Amino acid sequence: MTTIGSVHSFDLSTGVDGPGTRFVAFLAGCPLRCLYCHSPDTQYRRYGQPTTADDLLLEVRRYERFLKVAHGGVTISGGEPLQQRDFTRAFLRGCKEMGLHTALDTSGFLGDRADRELLEATDLVLLDIKSGLSDTYGKVTRTGRLAPTVRFAHRLAELHKPIWVRFVLVPGLTDEPANVDAVAEIAAGVATVERVEVLPFHSLGAPKYAALGLPFPLAGTAPPGPALVDRVRTQFRDHGLAVY
Amino acid sequence: MAWQGFRGTGWRETIDVGDFIRHNVRPYDGDASFLTGATERTERIWRRLQRMFAEERRRGVYDVDAHTPSTITSHEPGYLDRDHELIVGLQTSAPLRRAIMPNGGLRMVQAGLAAYGFSLDPAVKTVFSRYRKTHNDGVFDAYPADVKAARRSHIITGLPDAYGRGRIIGDYRRVALYGVDRLIADRAAIKASLDDQPSSEDVIRDREELAEQIRALEELRFMADRYGYDISGPATTGREAIQWLYFAYLAATKEQNGAAMSLGRTSSFVDIYLQRDIDEGRLTEQQAQELIDDFVIKLRIIRFLRTPEYDQLFSGDPTWVTEALGGTGFVTRTSFRYLQTLYNLGPAPEPNLTVLWSPSLPEGFKRFCAQVSIDTSSIQYENDDLISSAYSDDTAIACCVSAMRVGKDMQFFGARANIAKALLYAVNGGRDEMTGDQVAPATPPITDDILDYETVFAAYDKTLDWLAETYVDALNVIHYMHDKYAYERIQMALHDYPVHRFLATGIAGLSVAVDSLSAIKHAQVKVLRDETGLAVDYAVDGDFPAFGNNDDRADAIAVDLVERFMAKIRRQPAYRGAEPSLSVLTITSNVVYGKHTGNTPDGRRAGEPFAPGANPMNGRDRHGMVAAALSVAKLPYRSARDGISLTITATPGGLGHSRDERIANLAGVLDGYTDAGGFHMNVNVLDRATLEDAMAHPENYPQLTIRVSGYAVNFVKLTAEQQRDVISRTFHGSL
Repeated sequence: MTTIGSVHSFDLSTGVDGPGTRFVAFLAGCPLRCLYCHSPDTQYRRYGQPTTADDLLLEVRRYERFLKVAHGGVTISGGEPLQQRDFTRAFLRGCKEMGLHTALDTSGFLGDRADRELLEATDLVLLDIKSGLSDTYGKVTRTGRLAPTVRFAHRLAELHKPIWVRFVLVPGLTDEPANVDAVAEIAAGVATVERVEVLPFHSLGAPKYAALGLPFPLAGTAPPGPALVDRVRTQFRDHGLAVY
Repeated sequence: MAWQGFRGTGWRETIDVGDFIRHNVRPYDGDASFLTGATERTERIWRRLQRMFAEERRRGVYDVDAHTPSTITSHEPGYLDRDHELIVGLQTSAPLRRAIMPNGGLRMVQAGLAAYGFSLDPAVKTVFSRYRKTHNDGVFDAYPADVKAARRSHIITGLPDAYGRGRIIGDYRRVALYGVDRLIADRAAIKASLDDQPSSEDVIRDREELAEQIRALEELRFMADRYGYDISGPATTGREAIQWLYFAYLAATKEQNGAAMSLGRTSSFVDIYLQRDIDEGRLTEQQAQELIDDFVIKLRIIRFLRTPEYDQLFSGDPTWVTEALGGTGFVTRTSFRYLQTLYNLGPAPEPNLTVLWSPSLPEGFKRFCAQVSIDTSSIQYENDDLISSAYSDDTAIACCVSAMRVGKDMQFFGARANIAKALLYAVNGGRDEMTGDQVAPATPPITDDILDYETVFAAYDKTLDWLAETYVDALNVIHYMHDKYAYERIQMALHDYPVHRFLATGIAGLSVAVDSLSAIKHAQVKVLRDETGLAVDYAVDGDFPAFGNNDDRADAIAVDLVERFMAKIRRQPAYRGAEPSLSVLTITSNVVYGKHTGNTPDGRRAGEPFAPGANPMNGRDRHGMVAAALSVAKLPYRSARDGISLTITATPGGLGHSRDERIANLAGVLDGYTDAGGFHMNVNVLDRATLEDAMAHPENYPQLTIRVSGYAVNFVKLTAEQQRDVISRTFHGSL
């Protein structure tokens, strides 16, 4: 395999990017421009390092044993991994060959690009549904549309792929009850959704904007309070979903 | 009668508690659901103590007996609540009243008293300055000049030359299993066996020590007798077993203010007795837990009089009452009960609960340990697979990370040498970078503008030769004098004869030295010199791989330094034929070491703290805690048999979304780290905001406990500088 991708970085994380401790590869380049994006340094492909899938897999190999013993795996994230479909496919296949659990962290906006082979090498999809109402979706992502994500979710269900839905809760942006209900309805309508993770907005990405000389679009927005988080989680629960 | 129902024969013939446990332990592979909470009695006693703790925090010490040098029998019995205590015995005649122990050194006693507004009884001062020499006096009579210089410049620090050396674990269980009389008879027979040998210096010393050990056992029996207990025979119940072994431990703490006074490995021993009582209907689970709670209360109020400087070095007021729990095949209900005290009495640094971890431990126990870590940040983990194969299945932890076969091994504690500062000495031809003094032998300083790796490494290797020689020289003097003037009579009475001795050296500043060498090798390091030619700063140009990223380019340097320094230590002659060992552990002296070390070629500024133990430097581990842990796991245990310490701090959210997931994930991390050969891990699960609030409002956090390099401390007892160091250390939270 000599597929070359633009890789921003990798990290080892526990419990937040899929089950257990995971090797998380962050690709550079994303078609969306989410207002709350906490990694603006992965928005363009030019921000990453050209890396072959083999080289990144060599890095994974250094953690292979640990990831297995700790019941973790590998997550490919971004950026948007499906923007570099061939690289993502090669990487996920390599991880499967090592016998590791794999997760694809995606907005689903480019879900149509995920081919059968890529999905066969994917054990779990972390599907970021940015909003449930089309106009809110457009406002949040600036460059995206909701429909492709919904279409992708249903396709995953047909393939019996487990999905963990993620929803970033931003006060004043994504917190409208109708918007949340709409996300919940989408999720509840997809048979393989195992859980919904409500991720409270934070501004820890602000220094990255500063480093890039860019304004942080949500400067001044506070993280959601516990009451709001509770309300939103309850909305998901009311749709019969397992909520974290 | 006392041994009714117990299996096995070997331990009946010879003193062998390990054999007794192997034959009688009843492993438990269930979960924590059987545990019970604190009784009203326990809560009442604990509440009273908590009020006294607040007072103690305010005043520094609660009370001191400045008149009575402490011995096993020096003080009248003392009680917390005589009518309601289940396990009795205090170090002095009142709780939290500290004793003086001048055998280690009179200066330490005087300074400790003066700091808290007490003054030494003049008669005691006369005795210990005119009639009776102390360990401290002896050491300074015999220190050679280069040791004194190395000590003054802080390239060797924390030496136990002015106080008790500690790190000796008596097998306190022997008193419970055999009773004192049998132990005395055993010692007498050993001593008699030496009568046939010619009276060489070694034999004379052994005979005298055995005589002292017998005397100490007689004093132990007398001390217990004054509390109304006849411990001449074996314990007959669970309560007696705890009481007997606690008396033995108590005697040790009356005789020695050792830097670390570990308890050993008692939980599964005690479990055998508690289980027998429960089986025979004499004890309920609630009563068993209450006994353990009461025992742990006693362990939490062990106190020594120390100086504020000592407390600053070690953060707070540590005693290292270390208890090793678990280990493959030895998880019992009482292993759970010990951990349960962290709920029943709240989190606390002491006793220093240490779980001997293996991926093969029962799942229920693993989950409970992880849960307790997440809830209390009060326990540490050590690799049972490494320990049980290098030592035995009856091994305990002295201090923080030092494995000792219980009753078979002891160690000569040796604090640590600063190998980061040694690198600066190599550049400066043996001159100290902060004072300009010639400390190591004069060699030609490196005069290059840009440091060349080969040149620096060759000079460093020679500096480390000198450091190892000077360091072991100091330790030999210290331990000769400690044996002579402050011998641990009761603790050594509870060891086999002859005992196996380790000479436990240590290093500090590993990650600073590694990163500095990596910078010299992979980037350009320009030397900035003062007018006398002394290299005082370094300008780094370019990137370099840092220790803590699972990157072999840096990690291999770390492995080499550990093996290299250990090899140099092995070449030195050791007092009493001790086997040399090495630890990569700083306790919290990483702050003080940093304070006494100039600018380093890795870009660290003069005075900045080192990372604790074997940790990567703050902020240089860029791929998260698992990558950092795997770098540390590469350090070879065979060359650092005294232990390798790693401290990690995670936020709750950094371990998972739900409590269940966090527990499972932390257990997974521990499995993975242990499987990779990692030796020790301190686990803190804390929010940065909590620590910042505790700094601002200490009164609201009297029990907030955090793990630091090998043990735990009350956060509110740290100096502001140490608190800032802890907070600035990488929080492995999720972004």
